Amino acid sequence: MSKKQYAFYPGCSSQAKASADNFLRSIDVVCQKLDVQLNEIPDWNCCGASIGYGEGGELPRLALSARNLALAETNFAGQDMVSVCPACWLASRETAERLHENNSLLAECNEALKEAGLTFKGEAKARHFVEVLIEDIGWDQMKSQVVKPLDGLKFAGYVGCQTNRPFGIAGESFENPLYLDKMVETVGAEAVKYDQKVTCCGGALAFSEPDKAQKQIRDIVESAYDHGADMIVTPCQLCQANVEIYQSEINKKQGTKFNMPVVYYSQLMTIAYGGTAQQAGLDGQLIKAEKLEKIAGK
Amino acid sequence: MTTANQSAGAKYKNSFLKEVEANVEDGQWVKMCMQCGVCAGSCPLGPAWEHSPQKIFMMIRAGKREEVLKSDSMWMCTSCYNCIVRCPRKLPITHIMHGLANYAHRLGLAPQGQPTREIAKLFWDNLVKTGRVNELKFSLAMYFKDGFGQGVKNAMAMQSVGLGLVKAKRLNPMEILGGHSCKDKSGIQKMIAKAREIEDRRKGLA
Repeated sequence: MSKKQYAFYPGCSSQAKASADNFLRSIDVVCQKLDVQLNEIPDWNCCGASIGYGEGGELPRLALSARNLALAETNFAGQDMVSVCPACWLASRETAERLHENNSLLAECNEALKEAGLTFKGEAKARHFVEVLIEDIGWDQMKSQVVKPLDGLKFAGYVGCQTNRPFGIAGESFENPLYLDKMVETVGAEAVKYDQKVTCCGGALAFSEPDKAQKQIRDIVESAYDHGADMIVTPCQLCQANVEIYQSEINKKQGTKFNMPVVYYSQLMTIAYGGTAQQAGLDGQLIKAEKLEKIAGK
Repeated sequence: MTTANQSAGAKYKNSFLKEVEANVEDGQWVKMCMQCGVCAGSCPLGPAWEHSPQKIFMMIRAGKREEVLKSDSMWMCTSCYNCIVRCPRKLPITHIMHGLANYAHRLGLAPQGQPTREIAKLFWDNLVKTGRVNELKFSLAMYFKDGFGQGVKNAMAMQSVGLGLVKAKRLNPMEILGGHSCKDKSGIQKMIAKAREIEDRRKGLA
């Protein structure tokens, strides 16, 4: 099988020693096993994330993503641009689609891009890594690499917002997407029923409106306990960080005893594919995923 | 000197809807709202809003310029996109809320000290410096936004979380010395300045 190649946009949180450093380590293993080559876009920049609108407005925000798309087009012609971060993907895809459809906006954006010595032709397509796995690799191939099925482990599949809305994964519903549960089952674990699957974790408002965000997070964690999950699994860096980090705050303020590990789908895959706890980035968990570490150590 | 706010107020005197259509991102969609209220019932921060999107849209049509632009409701948006996917008329509600917030902020009418408005500005200023977000400097800037004393208190309160992240190698204390950066940060800064200049010209904010 020949390697599938993509222009790769890692995003700020996936950089070395940033908040999702451990996520990227597990993505590397998954790519090796599934013969995927991610070509990092040289000198990529921040997408502006969810709250870039406040100061950044419309065109400066679109220009940020257009620069990444232009760099992808220039350096890796013909390759789709792939992100592992839902916010990066959302911003890039929104920009690609809007500039593709609107010539005057594209002209304005290119006038700005000229200052950075670039032009966006409006060709590069922005995709999420989950789309690559499902659409380009396929479920059978994902399953064929499993050497250590995660027997007996129960996961609450927390999809969150931006992997699911407004674009989502093709063929999935916004209210009850099933692909994450299917990924859990593909690596031999059980996906529990989970009614907070697409609830918002508060996003960036975890910083500015902590009480309101922590109310969301409490629901998300509590429901995982109610349905008997050992862990929460998510495709999103901000979901992971918010839902894991603030459990101790909620415990302090509200007397709960939350201690629910929150891991990424790629960490499950890494362990099931025979990788070590270190390769899966499990050393990056604030709340240790002991049951996964145990399987990795077998 | 006439401010952008005064000029816009004079130009669109009798129609705030026209002003929103001209100057707010995706504002041309506002008139399509049929007041069903699905957005209001779908927002995770529903209980925290003074005005739901549905109310904001009707207030725009009713010409309530000051009330809309001074509202803190748009700043409660978590960007979850629930309202967008559920709207039966397919209004890009999230974008309109972002657009209204930004327009109110740029006119100087958005509520002073609104916490999301403040962190949105800190976040943008942070990313423009190097082209990439410096998570450590962003966290510290947030803790210390209300002065040094409050900053120390905030930082102490989150100390165990911060140390946990450092231990897990997900927060690098060395980022304080510079950290990750784009090579062409000056090109990026010029690009953003140019984009802002074009947009400001188009929206009468220059």
